[in-house]
Amino acid sequence: MIELKDIRKVFNSGKPNEFSAVQGISLSIEARKATVLKGPSGSGKTTLLSLIGCMARPTAGRIRLFDREITSLPERFLTDIRRKTFGFIFQHFNLIKGITALENAMLPAYPLGEKSSSIRKRALNLFELFNIAPKAYSRVEWLSGGEAQRVTIVRALVNNPSVIIADEPTAHLDTKLSLEFMGILAKLKEDGKTLLLASHDPVVYESAVVDRVVNLRDGRIDGAGQ
Amino acid sequence: MYPIPRLPRKCMRTWIERHRNILDFTLSSLVRRKRKNAALVSVYTLIVFLLGSVLFFTYALRQEASFLLKEAPEMIVQKLSAGRHDLIPVSYIERIRAIKGISSIKERLWGYYYDPIVGANYTLMVVEDPEVSPGFIAVGEGVSRTRLASPGDAIEFRTSQGITIELEIKKVLSSASSLVSSDLVLISEDDFRKLFGTAKGFATDLAVKVRNPRELTTIALKVAEILPDTRQILREEILRTYDAIFSWRGGILLATLFGAVLAFIIFAWDKASGLSMEEKREIGILKAIGWETSDIIRMKFWEGIVVSLSSFLMGILLAYIHVFFTSFMLFEPVLKGWATLYPAFKITPFIDGAQVASLFFLTVVPYTVATIIPSWRAAIVDPDSVMR
Amino acid sequence: MRKSSLFFLYITIQTILLGCMFTHASYKQKSDVNRLQENISLVQQLGLTDLCLFTEASYTRHLSLADFHTAFQDSPMALEHFPSGSLVPHPPAAKKMYENMD
Repeated sequence: MIELKDIRKVFNSGKPNEFSAVQGISLSIEARKATVLKGPSGSGKTTLLSLIGCMARPTAGRIRLFDREITSLPERFLTDIRRKTFGFIFQHFNLIKGITALENAMLPAYPLGEKSSSIRKRALNLFELFNIAPKAYSRVEWLSGGEAQRVTIVRALVNNPSVIIADEPTAHLDTKLSLEFMGILAKLKEDGKTLLLASHDPVVYESAVVDRVVNLRDGRIDGAGQ
Repeated sequence: MYPIPRLPRKCMRTWIERHRNILDFTLSSLVRRKRKNAALVSVYTLIVFLLGSVLFFTYALRQEASFLLKEAPEMIVQKLSAGRHDLIPVSYIERIRAIKGISSIKERLWGYYYDPIVGANYTLMVVEDPEVSPGFIAVGEGVSRTRLASPGDAIEFRTSQGITIELEIKKVLSSASSLVSSDLVLISEDDFRKLFGTAKGFATDLAVKVRNPRELTTIALKVAEILPDTRQILREEILRTYDAIFSWRGGILLATLFGAVLAFIIFAWDKASGLSMEEKREIGILKAIGWETSDIIRMKFWEGIVVSLSSFLMGILLAYIHVFFTSFMLFEPVLKGWATLYPAFKITPFIDGAQVASLFFLTVVPYTVATIIPSWRAAIVDPDSVMR
Repeated sequence: MRKSSLFFLYITIQTILLGCMFTHASYKQKSDVNRLQENISLVQQLGLTDLCLFTEASYTRHLSLADFHTAFQDSPMALEHFPSGSLVPHPPAAKKMYENMD
């Protein structure tokens, strides 16, 4: 479904602090499966996620999404694809303070011009699904870690994307909540979503939900096995 | 096989809903810092209110002056002595009566009287009115108000000889005419001359009427030739005086307020340009979850509009009420100055749509621009910036 | 109600009031005709040359008739007749006499 060929990403090109985050990675992500990018920090996991998720462009190499070359697409098309195809769950939650959980969850759909009432309905259904419906109208500052994370999951799902990308999702969770999170992922996989995670947490990469683990080290793949 | 996502067709509905959604978020965002934004809107409204009040007042008064003084005397002949206005000999009338085109020449007797009891200046004018016979006067509403005197009451006047005479008020001029008659004391000729000691054979100035108004300037020149120690004041010059003073006086206040508006723009710019870390982070989050640079700009646009548009509308409405329902109450000290006698400023609401439109552009455009431009740099960050 | 709907409602009400303001102004202009007419006849009848606005000094009370020099009998900046004294400009009629001297 997603194919990467010889992807390189260089930051601060030409400057003294130039460095290669990703150096020549070729990878195939299968649809409707859960893939984990595993490796120590600095291995290029986050960069690779942002490249796959159309958040940044590779310095070299080609990316194909649904058999369509997207590396050379103009900015606007790329953004549109990103909005419709990918849902992101960030390591640091990245919720906007001072507004309600519901409004946070609805935000990704705002610029797409959909009627507010239908966005709201969809978001509230998702809140129900993840058992945080009572917290929908609370400000995000008042939510517990687990609740906040579930809000970010709803936010990632609100545009009904086919791929969910999660960057170190269990970094701020205890074991119990981490296992709950993996349970949620199992359900999403059942619903036909493709999952892509970056993590160095064994609870994640040793989970039964995960179909494939890709080891990364210093921006390269370190063996490609399950 | 998943379908390849396609670009949405641009349609009106989507456009409206997108803006409404973004506006929803902008309002939520503004409400978060309730007190600061309430203060901002209040100050902005205040500035629009002050500016609008001055504009409304000066324009309406200018219109009123041009209406009322349309029937002012066509030409006033005034004698100058050592550069100052002096009494004019009545014999001058004979010297210019022969000028072709003059239909009538009248001597005018008027002057100022300072009333120490209330510290007010009155304008005394001699009139041909059967009600204003020797011993009686007609007064303007300002005189009546300041002296707390009504018909039947008498006012004491001190003559130039130091003798006190009493004149009884026969009638009070209507308050509707306050703008032209507030400080007038209409008096008989005998009483006037008794009061001021003006000798018979002298008048304050002459009022000249002509047959053809287009010949006024020519006739005025002829008068100037015959009477070189006089000057001629034409009706058109009287009207121009009032045009000038209200633009200018409004100009002084306007200049002050312009400074205030400028200060406010600078303050708004200063606030907006130093986008706090918090705001930058939030813009980064919005970009990461799918908002484009143009969506961020739309958000900032609405932020500017919400503040400036609501301030403009409220400020203008309050200004209108202030000027035309409370008679420009807050500026009373400025207009009154040291005068004790002050007309009731009940003016007709002549308003200039062009001024209101200019004020609209002045208040809404710079502020909105000042909100958008400084956010540009934050708006163009890469979407993956929050992940790094 | 949605926040944006509330905002639009508020703006709409204000705009309607603005419309009322203009309507009120034009209505008042018509209904004040009598008062204006009365004042115009008074001006004509009494031969008035100035509006009674600032009664502090001769050159602020009778602006159009003010001569060039009376203002000088007060101190510079005319502080005792502030602000009207310092704000009242020389009327066009006063300057005319001295035009030839320029």
